[in-house]
Amino acid sequence: MASPLRYAVLVEVRLRPGIADPQGATIERALPAIGIAGVSGVRAGKAFRFEIEADDEAAAWARGTEVADRVLANPVIEEATVTVAGRVTV
Amino acid sequence: MAVRVGVVVFPGTNCEHDAVRAIEGLGGAAELVWHGATSVSGYDALVLPGGFAHGDYLRPGAIARFSPVMAAVARFASAGGPVVGICNGFQVLTEAGLLPGALQKNRGLRFVCAPAEVRVETDRSVLTAGIEPGSVLSVPINHFEGNYTCDEATLAVLRAEDRIVLRYVDNPNGSVDGIAGICNEARNVVGLMPHPERATDPLTGSVDGAVLLRALLGSVRRPATADAPPAVA
Repeated sequence: MASPLRYAVLVEVRLRPGIADPQGATIERALPAIGIAGVSGVRAGKAFRFEIEADDEAAAWARGTEVADRVLANPVIEEATVTVAGRVTV
Repeated sequence: MAVRVGVVVFPGTNCEHDAVRAIEGLGGAAELVWHGATSVSGYDALVLPGGFAHGDYLRPGAIARFSPVMAAVARFASAGGPVVGICNGFQVLTEAGLLPGALQKNRGLRFVCAPAEVRVETDRSVLTAGIEPGSVLSVPINHFEGNYTCDEATLAVLRAEDRIVLRYVDNPNGSVDGIAGICNEARNVVGLMPHPERATDPLTGSVDGAVLLRALLGSVRRPATADAPPAVA
């Protein structure tokens, strides 16, 4: 039996627009103090990388999306973008 | 017969003994319930105490909501049983969808550990029944992620339905509308960031937490049984 195909998945989780982001705001306020000017709109988020078994890229995306929606993001305040980065070859 | 309170313990919960001691000091009978339990039958009320359930990795409460006990907690709540989530317990209840909104990192990214004055906004909840609205209680807070957040529509519903149970007198963490505690639509599930169990003995500075926990014990209604005191003629 052939071993299952594996795909590399990237899930980016960010706060929904309009949700206050204390972390991003603190980073933005801190930048001028170290001499970096002109940065605005800082929003902090999380990125997750993992490998997942799937028959093809579309299935990998669907399974990655399930992981993102059920666990990695809290839909009340966050949204997620799922990207399949490609097949993992051993 | 004493009111039987189940105190739910996840790996990483750390306020369960405080909760048990406080409840027993008020005449209740408290028992720890491990997160792997699939039933909570036999209890009159449930408390989800503070701590760091499952280490609070990812987000506070994100993993705890998948613990087996949470399905039983949800059934208990939908049957009208009183459920109170304190601090991390509040975070778990929001992640589990038993209460709306979410708890974010505090404004200013500051961990806050201090006594907090909270105003009782409604007496229509299992934690505040019989307490005069407008009463101000001093109850400690101890959290990094206690900044209550929800969208405008949810906030409008909470206000319109009188579901904001407690507000901070002086907002310590950036919570929307100064919210310290809310309840569900049926008013039997309450979440709050302050720790009433830590304010039940004069030794620790305030006994105002006992006011809330006494209200919880008083909210338990049971059908009359053989043990019930005889009715006064």
